[in-house]
Amino acid sequence: MAWDSGLRRLMMIYLPLGCFVLILLFPFYWMAITSFKPNAELMNYREHNPFWITSPTLAHIKHLLFDTAYPRWLWTTMLVAIGATTLSLIASTLAAYAIERLRFRGSPYVGLGIYMAYLVPPSILFIPLATVVVQFGLFDSPLALILVYPTFLVPFCTWLLIGYFKSIPYELEECALVDGATRLQILRRITLPLAVPGLISAGIFSFTLSWNEFIYALAFIQSGANKTVPVAILTELVTGDVYQWGALMAGSLLGSLPVAIFYSLFVDYYVSSLTGAVKE
Amino acid sequence: MSVTTLSSPVLVQRQPNWLVRLFDYKPFLVVMCLAPAIGLLAVFLTYPLGLGIWLAFTDTTIGRKGEFIGLENFQYLLTDSLWWNAVFYSVVYTAIATFGKFALGFWLALLLNNHFPFKSLLRAIILLPWIVPTVLSALAFWWIYDPQFSIISYLLVDILHWRTSNIDFLGSPWPARFSLIAANIWRGIPFVAISLLAGLQTISPSLYEAAMLDGASAWQRFRYITFPMMLPILAIVMTFSIIFTFTDFQLVYAITRGGPGNSTHLLATLAFQRGIAGGELGEGAAIAVSMIPFLVFATLFSYFGLARRKWQQGEAND
Repeated sequence: MAWDSGLRRLMMIYLPLGCFVLILLFPFYWMAITSFKPNAELMNYREHNPFWITSPTLAHIKHLLFDTAYPRWLWTTMLVAIGATTLSLIASTLAAYAIERLRFRGSPYVGLGIYMAYLVPPSILFIPLATVVVQFGLFDSPLALILVYPTFLVPFCTWLLIGYFKSIPYELEECALVDGATRLQILRRITLPLAVPGLISAGIFSFTLSWNEFIYALAFIQSGANKTVPVAILTELVTGDVYQWGALMAGSLLGSLPVAIFYSLFVDYYVSSLTGAVKE
Repeated sequence: MSVTTLSSPVLVQRQPNWLVRLFDYKPFLVVMCLAPAIGLLAVFLTYPLGLGIWLAFTDTTIGRKGEFIGLENFQYLLTDSLWWNAVFYSVVYTAIATFGKFALGFWLALLLNNHFPFKSLLRAIILLPWIVPTVLSALAFWWIYDPQFSIISYLLVDILHWRTSNIDFLGSPWPARFSLIAANIWRGIPFVAISLLAGLQTISPSLYEAAMLDGASAWQRFRYITFPMMLPILAIVMTFSIIFTFTDFQLVYAITRGGPGNSTHLLATLAFQRGIAGGELGEGAAIAVSMIPFLVFATLFSYFGLARRKWQQGEAND
């Protein structure tokens, strides 16, 4: 009986779960293993087991770091992600505070309006935005990306932060108001410190979303040096007919690492705010 | 003087300078707080959206201001077999990928809703495909789909002996189309699974207990409790998923660039090819704008389709 239910549990839960994990993680394993494989093994499945490396090499990573502009791309991506995140956090914290805590007539509609902006996909906007970017003299400048990324970050962060502000009791602010604090003091000393978990999750989301962004970076940046990692790998490393798979995979691996590390540090915030946002 | 400093902050508050008083005036504060967000969205979202619709009615090219030409761009698109092909593939891509993501994601969510050790670790690992930049994982798929050195071909030919020749994943239209859809499903499963898991956890266990007492089978519990309770969340997550799958760009651009023979162009990649790479801003904008009716239809369909069913089944479940 017990054996039977154990077997049933194995077949119904652990086996499918194992398959899911295997399939979801395999491309990363493949990416990682390709990054360290010497070219001789990479192209020879007869003599070498493709699932393993017999003589790992750092040649691809060395090539990437010293023969290409990869460090520069990483740096640009980091700068853009941090810039866009900072800008979005400031804008959306203030907006969420106004919508949720100051409560003016029409505040739910303003909230809805900002939220609807999230539903306008970048693929519809990139052509007119390219002309706007040119008008502002920002074409080929990472600053263009820092200014444009908030269009999808602000709606998301505002929405997330409204939820956090909602969970802070009004009484705290009322008491401070009675004690004579100004609204700005209340925001700085009471509301913001209490909303720190929300700010952290909004920051992580913004950072990963900016790191991942592709279409704007592809359309607005032309010179090789100013490109972000995802765009640069695809447009600068993919050359000729014979692809440098080792270097390409090493580039993908290195480009994924910052996000993955960042994610692993805050994974609990990440998962809980994602689930929290859906429950709202 | 000393009296003022000794007394409570309330007294100090009585003589604030004009700036502090201005910031304490609520309407002013509301405007100041909303200004950065609204300003950014107005300049970089609302204005470009309007401009994009305007551009779609002009013959603007890169470097030359266009003239208003009415519906000419759209009339041309209707005769353009590549546009029709992109519409066709965008719809197929969205329909199959959304179905796949939700079927597998729901299944994964149900599995994760069981109790077992290392649950939170597993949840964290499973989100990885969603965290990692799409283009970078797409490159991994490109390598997995390599005509000569595909690991899938190796598995099927040399290990399992199910096939005698390698699969040419990206060399001909239909295999390329399905390869892209598979990569999209792979990337979408984690988000769907985690979102639906959140929904599953809001369902009260007492409902299942009551159903068990009434002798409901596992399938009946899913059919009459889990599924109807999940419809509102399904509606929201699916609306998002449809919008972002239909307007997808990165996967196709990274893996096939619309090839072979333009068979895998989505509307977004076609718009990029014509508008930015080809310099025909007006025509590209028209292709981008032509996505809007599909988006509105898909959103209404998924949102009201699912939301209405919830309403039909009544609120008695709450």
